[in-house]
Amino acid sequence: MEQRSSSIEMGTKTHPAVNTRGNRKAIVNKFGALLGLVGLCLILSILTPSFLKEDNLMNIARQSSINALLSLGMLLPILTAGIDLSVGSVLAFAIISAGMVTVTWGMSPVLGIFVCLGVGALAGWLNGILLTKLRLPHPFISTLGTMNIYRGLALIITGASPIFGFSYTMNFVGQENVGIIPVSFILVIIACIFFHIFLTRTSTGKYIYAIGGNKEAARLSGIPVDRMLILVYTISGFMASLGGLVLIGRTNSASPIAGLSYELDAIAAVIIGGASFFGGVGTVWGTLIGAMIIAVLRNGLNLLGTSSDLQTIIIGLVIIAAVYVDVLRRKSSKK
Amino acid sequence: MVLLEMKDVSKSFSGVQVLHNINFEIQKGEVHVLLGENGAGKSTIIKILTGAYLKDTGEITWEGEKTNITEPKDAINIGIATIYQELNLIPQLSIADNIFLGHERKRGGRFSLLDRVQMKEKAKQLMERLGQTVDPDELVGNLGVGQQQLVEIAKALSLNAKLIIMDEPTASLSGQEVEQLLSTVEKLREQGMTFVYISHRLEEIKRIGDRITVLRDGTKITTVPVKTTSVDQMIELMVGRSLTQKYPKKVFKKGKEGLRIENLKLKHSSNKLNFTAYQGEILGISGLVGAGRTELMRGIFGADQIDSGKVYVFGEQKIIQKPQDAIKAGIAFITEDRKGEGLFLDQSLIFNKTISKLRRVKEKGLISYKKQKEVANQYVNDLKIRPNNINLMARNLSGGNQQKVVIAKWLFTEARVFIFDEPTRGIDVGAKVEVYNLINKLVDSGACVIIVSSELPEILGMCDRILVMHEGTITADLARSKASQEVIMKAATGG
Repeated sequence: MEQRSSSIEMGTKTHPAVNTRGNRKAIVNKFGALLGLVGLCLILSILTPSFLKEDNLMNIARQSSINALLSLGMLLPILTAGIDLSVGSVLAFAIISAGMVTVTWGMSPVLGIFVCLGVGALAGWLNGILLTKLRLPHPFISTLGTMNIYRGLALIITGASPIFGFSYTMNFVGQENVGIIPVSFILVIIACIFFHIFLTRTSTGKYIYAIGGNKEAARLSGIPVDRMLILVYTISGFMASLGGLVLIGRTNSASPIAGLSYELDAIAAVIIGGASFFGGVGTVWGTLIGAMIIAVLRNGLNLLGTSSDLQTIIIGLVIIAAVYVDVLRRKSSKK
Repeated sequence: MVLLEMKDVSKSFSGVQVLHNINFEIQKGEVHVLLGENGAGKSTIIKILTGAYLKDTGEITWEGEKTNITEPKDAINIGIATIYQELNLIPQLSIADNIFLGHERKRGGRFSLLDRVQMKEKAKQLMERLGQTVDPDELVGNLGVGQQQLVEIAKALSLNAKLIIMDEPTASLSGQEVEQLLSTVEKLREQGMTFVYISHRLEEIKRIGDRITVLRDGTKITTVPVKTTSVDQMIELMVGRSLTQKYPKKVFKKGKEGLRIENLKLKHSSNKLNFTAYQGEILGISGLVGAGRTELMRGIFGADQIDSGKVYVFGEQKIIQKPQDAIKAGIAFITEDRKGEGLFLDQSLIFNKTISKLRRVKEKGLISYKKQKEVANQYVNDLKIRPNNINLMARNLSGGNQQKVVIAKWLFTEARVFIFDEPTRGIDVGAKVEVYNLINKLVDSGACVIIVSSELPEILGMCDRILVMHEGTITADLARSKASQEVIMKAATGG
């Protein structure tokens, strides 16, 4: 017994050392992406004087909001070690539906908003059903399929032409400001708070992390895995349509080819924000920062007069660099 | 002749020193055993030898010359091969392809085609040298674990290894496969091969080991010859005290019926199974690998669907179709594969302990971090989980402590029926006793406990009643006083 208690004491002695180190690492984990964002802003404010102007900052807020909403939705499938490739198409399908209801058929814009969000959620739900009930091996496949299907539907319904002339109510979220702050950005912040609480303080949120960490252990721990996955894809679809609602306001139109390759920006934001492609790791704030980094980078490069082709290359490099930094950090903690 | 020597090797992680000036040497042609509790530093030493970790200080000499192993390739090049508990084979490839993976034989230069004929022939010869007649085209995925291990050894031989390190090679083997492996090791030693051998099975060490280096808390205690060291002495050296009882069996009063199974029929089976487990007793389920023990437990728990049958928990019939139903009914299932099915390795201990019943740590509908912490701290103290840091990821714990975390997870669900599948697999003697004490406590608190185990001494040492299974049926129901190794083995083989 003597021996035992002494070794427990040893455990306690080593514990502070492990802990401070762990805390320091946690801080880097938490703020690594944020430091990147701050650094980026510093550099841009030095390079171009117009970067820090109020107008421009609000511009960034507006430009980032659609991708931020889609990224928040994308975070959930990625946390479960999945992916949702269909969000861009879901967005198009949802806004086309809203356009048909309010513009083509002249029905109430409030109904239009409900239809937009409802179609998004329904499309996401179907992704979840395909994944869990047909037992397709990976959501990459189910959502790759529906990505094409939803896009095709949007094109067929509209005869491939955009819908113009939405009412003020439909345009409100994407167009209006409260004071100087865009409504769409306020929506992003509200969504972030909601998602943060959802992921950290509810059972469902914890279950999402558990499924991504170890699916079989989650099932044997009594977690309703299929139901959770269906919910995850439903929310992802819903967030895509919310992004669509912002897009309607910004362009005062709904195009069947809207949202092309938006899924890639959303995935990029989640990954830059520190989430793991293998599931179980990732945060709301990281994702928001990831989306902001992409928006700030685009904005700054525009101000600097960089061509859009070059911008694409730079975004690509940032994605690789962000993940590489993560790889290096993991490696150093192992060796 | 000294093959390998470690001089003053130290290593620390994140400021915590895990190896303190380790010194030992390995003689050519011996089976050198590394012995120690989980966390004593055996795995770290191996990882340094194989280039997975870098040593902080110290020196390694190989055949008398100083060597620098900085990555796995270096170790392979000088002739060190390692066979891990989790095998590094590719099931979709053939035996020959696996053996020559990474050092394929070519017909000519570097960019020429593979010499498949030669590889197949050589693979066949290597396997024959290990006493196996196989078709080198057979996919490794179709082989049993025992044969797969021999493929790993053949791979080591094909690399001209001079030292083969084996980490817990017998942990997942059946009795017959263990025998096959041990005799293979003996045969290769006769041919001059050197082994570093790690195992928690002391009888095994007694049989094939030549010398033992004992480690405790990252320090070398001593190196002793196996011949003059008894199993009890090994344990004493390892834990630093004499372990009075390997099986701290306590007898409690048999109480009410806890779990009753009626006419349970598993999928793809025609047998109807019946048994009852009571409060106050530990019911052991014995049998050979593949007898259907785990399948039965998975069926009861709803992890796999069953065809038909009734499950009663404390006298009440429960319909169990999925694990959630079982948990609601008060059943806990501690699976044999704790990493694959029990733990969330990249999550904190807090997360792991509370995930099965988050309802209990909520306040006003939201999860309270404070409550979670309280619960986690309480279990860390009650179960003596070390290091006692609730923010640590489960991945960073030793096997014994991981097992305690899994048990804590199920204690937290307030279950009344506990099914343990191989509760002490791969954990050291000290941690084993702690797990047994926990089980005793559970029984004392009125829970009904079932232990599935392949280790007969464990079944005989801890259980009040023993069911033996053979080919999907229950062939014996033995009281503790009536049970012996012979009786159980006879029932387990259908005799």
